Amino acid sequence: MSTRFLADTAVLTGRSLRHVTRSPDTIVTTTIMPIAFMLLFVYVFGGSIRTGSDAYVDYLLPGILIITVASGISYTAFRLFTDLSSGIFERFQSMPIARSAVLWAHVLTSVVACLVSLAVVVLVALLMGFRSGAGPLAWLAVVGILVLFTVALTWIAVIVGLSAKSVDGVSAFSYPLILLPFVSSAFVLTAAMPGPVRAFAENQPVTSIVDTIRRLFGQQPAGTDIWVALAWCAGILVVAYVLALAAYRRRTV
Amino acid sequence: MTAAAPAIAVRGLRKSFGDVDVLHGVDFEVEPGRVFALLGSNGAGKTTVVRILATLLRPDSGTATVDGFDVVDRAADVRESISLTGQFAAVDEILTGRENLVLVARLRHVTDPAGVAADLLARFDLTDAADRRASTYSGGMRRRLDIAMSLVGDPRVIVLDEPTTGLDPQARLEVWRTVREVAAGGTTVVLTTQYLDEAEQLADRIAILHRGRIIVDGTLAELRRLLPPATVEYVERQPTLEEIFLAVVGDARAEGEASR
Repeated sequence: MSTRFLADTAVLTGRSLRHVTRSPDTIVTTTIMPIAFMLLFVYVFGGSIRTGSDAYVDYLLPGILIITVASGISYTAFRLFTDLSSGIFERFQSMPIARSAVLWAHVLTSVVACLVSLAVVVLVALLMGFRSGAGPLAWLAVVGILVLFTVALTWIAVIVGLSAKSVDGVSAFSYPLILLPFVSSAFVLTAAMPGPVRAFAENQPVTSIVDTIRRLFGQQPAGTDIWVALAWCAGILVVAYVLALAAYRRRTV
Repeated sequence: MTAAAPAIAVRGLRKSFGDVDVLHGVDFEVEPGRVFALLGSNGAGKTTVVRILATLLRPDSGTATVDGFDVVDRAADVRESISLTGQFAAVDEILTGRENLVLVARLRHVTDPAGVAADLLARFDLTDAADRRASTYSGGMRRRLDIAMSLVGDPRVIVLDEPTTGLDPQARLEVWRTVREVAAGGTTVVLTTQYLDEAEQLADRIAILHRGRIIVDGTLAELRRLLPPATVEYVERQPTLEEIFLAVVGDARAEGEASR
């Protein structure tokens, strides 16, 4: 059963990856907004923002990476929704394949597509002067956290893809996720925010993830932030996964 | 399989969605290798029956077996035996016709996916279009690809849910030809339709599903006997609009496809 699950997941992942490579515009669209934010904040607002870092782009990049993931996963919801409305999902369900393979294929595709988008954004950041002396281990840790975060958000996208009634609903859900970094330490120091906003900003998941990545890039000890960040990712992952499976059962026998 | 064992046996099938009773006790049997038509108007419950047979939906009560396997208790075995072609051509538009077939062949774990795909492409006149994306196919070609995908791995039963709804007359004739070929190969075919002539053209046995019940079940000859015997009348026979249409646009399949 489990070898069948792996084989079926591999076949279906190959299929949805082909969807990504055949419409490279999805990668372009997912990277355009984060890159635009990065240009806007570095070259327009950045001069007036005091963060204590030498280069604002160094301070900004971790938050931009979070936005990249948030905009990338909306395509996962879109691809799943399209499968459901086109009937191919039912075709898979009526075939003798491991049932959860259909979902896992979308999740794996989402991770691969997001990693490609993240690489594009980091490349643009390097062109804009982003520099990090982080060693391979620190980079690996950054990639690991971003992958975990992507998987967690992808399961939210799966819930949306499975339960949305229209394409508009599918694309709208990622806006709050994209805006969340603005009320965090991603763009400015939280210390300057008024009390309640600051309390929210300092205790929402984006801040701990962004701070962790920033410290890894800056070769500083990650401290407790990394554990808070991992706990947030794991918590979102578990809750979203359970809800996604419940949504999946509602759509199937 | 012995001659007595039906390919499909449905008994006392009931299903409701909330307050809406869709099926109120449906019974029918399909003999292996036959074409069985489930005829009914929109909302009669045809698709619900089909979805239960394809293990996509659980019945509230009653039983259904496919190839001897219960659709609830032995769903995995049923999925090996049955292949569903849903109401909307469920092909992957971004993949080519060949890739669609290879995908299904891999998922059905057949030994030579590429070979199976090539055979089916040839059999369904899709070889020329094999390496074009399915989104460029005409309605009839897409349906043929859809049915070809259902035949991968030689399932013993194929279910076609309204295979010609929304197709133009030429495409409809293409699909009819395809269904006849599939049936000639010994596969049991269950098709649902709201078109009387379709059932008359294709089916060995016809059941009329009306408001969640089978109200008539028999061969075409048996169904004809339900009405008073035919009287002989002389009527000047006018061509049907379909005949006119097909004559005016030229015969159909070859040309219709070339122009797409």
